[in-house]
Amino acid sequence: MKKIAIIVGLVALVASAAIAQAVPGSGLVTAGVADEAKSLTGAGATFPAVLYTKWFSEYAKKIGVQVNYQGIGSGGGIKSINDMTVDFGASDAPMKDDQLAAAKGGKLLHLPMTMGAVVPTYNIPELSRSEKVLRFTADTLSGIYLGDITKWNDPKLVADNPELAKIDRYIVVVHRSDGSGTTNIWTSYLTAVSDKWKNSVGYGTSVQWPVGLGGKGNEGVAGNVKQTPYSMGYVEEAYAVQNKLPVGQVKNAAGKWMEPTAKAVSMAASGVTLPPDLRVMMVNSANPQAWPISGFTWILVYQQQTDAAKATALTRLLWWNLHDGQAYAESLLYVPLPVDAIKKASALLKTITVNGAPALPSELANY
Amino acid sequence: MSRSIFSRRGAARAADPGDRVFAALVAAMSSVVILLVVGFVVLLTIDSMPSIKRFGLGFLSGSIWNPVETEINHLNFGALPYIFGTVVTSVIALVIATPLALGSAIFVSEYAPSWLGKPVSFIIELLVAIPSVAYGIWGLFVLVPLMRGTVEPFLQQILGHIPILGALVDGPPFGQDLLTGGVVLSIMILPTILSLSREIIAQVPRLQKEGMLALGATRWEVLSQAILPYARGGIIGAAMLGLARAIGETMAVTMVIGNSSTKIGASLFTPGYTIASAIANQFTEADSEIYFSAIVELGLVLLLVASVFNIASRFLVSRLTRRTGANNA
Repeated sequence: MKKIAIIVGLVALVASAAIAQAVPGSGLVTAGVADEAKSLTGAGATFPAVLYTKWFSEYAKKIGVQVNYQGIGSGGGIKSINDMTVDFGASDAPMKDDQLAAAKGGKLLHLPMTMGAVVPTYNIPELSRSEKVLRFTADTLSGIYLGDITKWNDPKLVADNPELAKIDRYIVVVHRSDGSGTTNIWTSYLTAVSDKWKNSVGYGTSVQWPVGLGGKGNEGVAGNVKQTPYSMGYVEEAYAVQNKLPVGQVKNAAGKWMEPTAKAVSMAASGVTLPPDLRVMMVNSANPQAWPISGFTWILVYQQQTDAAKATALTRLLWWNLHDGQAYAESLLYVPLPVDAIKKASALLKTITVNGAPALPSELANY
Repeated sequence: MSRSIFSRRGAARAADPGDRVFAALVAAMSSVVILLVVGFVVLLTIDSMPSIKRFGLGFLSGSIWNPVETEINHLNFGALPYIFGTVVTSVIALVIATPLALGSAIFVSEYAPSWLGKPVSFIIELLVAIPSVAYGIWGLFVLVPLMRGTVEPFLQQILGHIPILGALVDGPPFGQDLLTGGVVLSIMILPTILSLSREIIAQVPRLQKEGMLALGATRWEVLSQAILPYARGGIIGAAMLGLARAIGETMAVTMVIGNSSTKIGASLFTPGYTIASAIANQFTEADSEIYFSAIVELGLVLLLVASVFNIASRFLVSRLTRRTGANNA
């Protein structure tokens, strides 16, 4: 009897935990419907590909709709959706106006799916046993990547990190060599905080770097940093956590030293006003609890769909991603969307039409 | 030469219908290859038109590759740093690999007893089967630290004070630079050159070698007077095949070359970039039409660079074989 009570108690506890985590609006898409297409194709960003793969395999098991997603890169995702060769695209960077103008199927919507953060990492042999991590500011990060700060014992760095005073070594700057959403978030941050960076380098998935070595992929940057004494680089947060790289603190817009916790990343998009089209970089967030180098990753869909069966399947899938799907994010080291972003994305999702009528099934549209 | 024998035989037996069908079949097969090449060039040219129109020859001579338009720094695509990196790393690879490959080929086919020569050549040829990304990982984690910590400081010590050679080893050794890229490439093309050279040396007629020996020649004299002159054209051909592989090699080089297009300098310790690496790195995220077009034009330029090397090598082979009178090429 006692045993059963404990089990019941545990089940209740687990259930309540699950309920506490679930996003309102979850649990509405539970089975396939007759008039929806049984397969969808998408292509684009590689950063969220692990999460998307998990989502789509779960979705196929539960709903019976197969989603074929190819992580070919954000540029390829934008090109594919513009040419209408896929049902949805995916990108780590919001589309630029000229790209939107090139879309063959009319107006494209940006639906954020999850959040990513980029973190500075470094290799200073003298500090390898130190518990304390280095602290960076907007000024020192842009200075290092512009090539204005060349040594670790630069007074600007020493001001926040007294332990660097003795490190009279050149900084080996490492950046991504391949085009990447990670680079887009990193350079958007530098653009937001430094006029010099904005005017000379700018932001994008690949830029002309004033200094440094390029490593291919997160693993290339991490490998370079690990291999090269006195180097620093930037990688996706999940990558730094998995590989136990030293991660620097960064001073955010409110002047607080931040660590890139999931909460701090999520905070970047809450407490700030999101524009209704959600086509926005979240860097240098005004939220005092926010990690400043964060961003959304989006799925791109046409607002006016033409195939009714596909439109039903697609909008139901996106609803599931935005609500039920968020529960999978944290275990895969992604950051769930804040509630405000889910609400705004759901509102966008409801504007999708097929041949003039709303595409989202009414039980979801009226939620 | 073997090809010409083939066609002559075909002409003599043209009456046989089965032979005619076969001739038509193989002709169709080879025309597919030619069509592929033509289609390839046409498609690359069409897709690179926006970039060709906008940048013209500046694409080849410009050294600023900036995909982002900003206030001070305008969008521009100039491929010179990539072309430079490709040519320099390929030449380094060739300079290192050819003597090594030739030396081992001579050892394996002329000096080593067969119980030793066979396993040695087998092991070296196994290197061909290693995927290039594995070379890249090995390069990044083993070769790069070795170059940075040992080889490059050593080179600086011995060459640093010599006027012209000193410029080649100038600057702080990062370990990720043109030299390391070239060294990785040389290891990758070594087995190609080696196995071809060994085959060619084995083709040298026994009579010529034995004739020399009968005249009282030493082993070295047989090698330098009979074998090498006979095999010279073929060995150069082998080296050029290795070079072709070096020019197009992508992953391994990308992982060790530093991927930086900001500086073209004399020093081999400068981080560089090759055309193939640039395509592999930037293609997936080339998000504007002109950027995409510039990347495709890089492919066209790579084809051009490879053709230039190829034509030059054919010219070299034909010159050399004509002079020595050897006709086995």
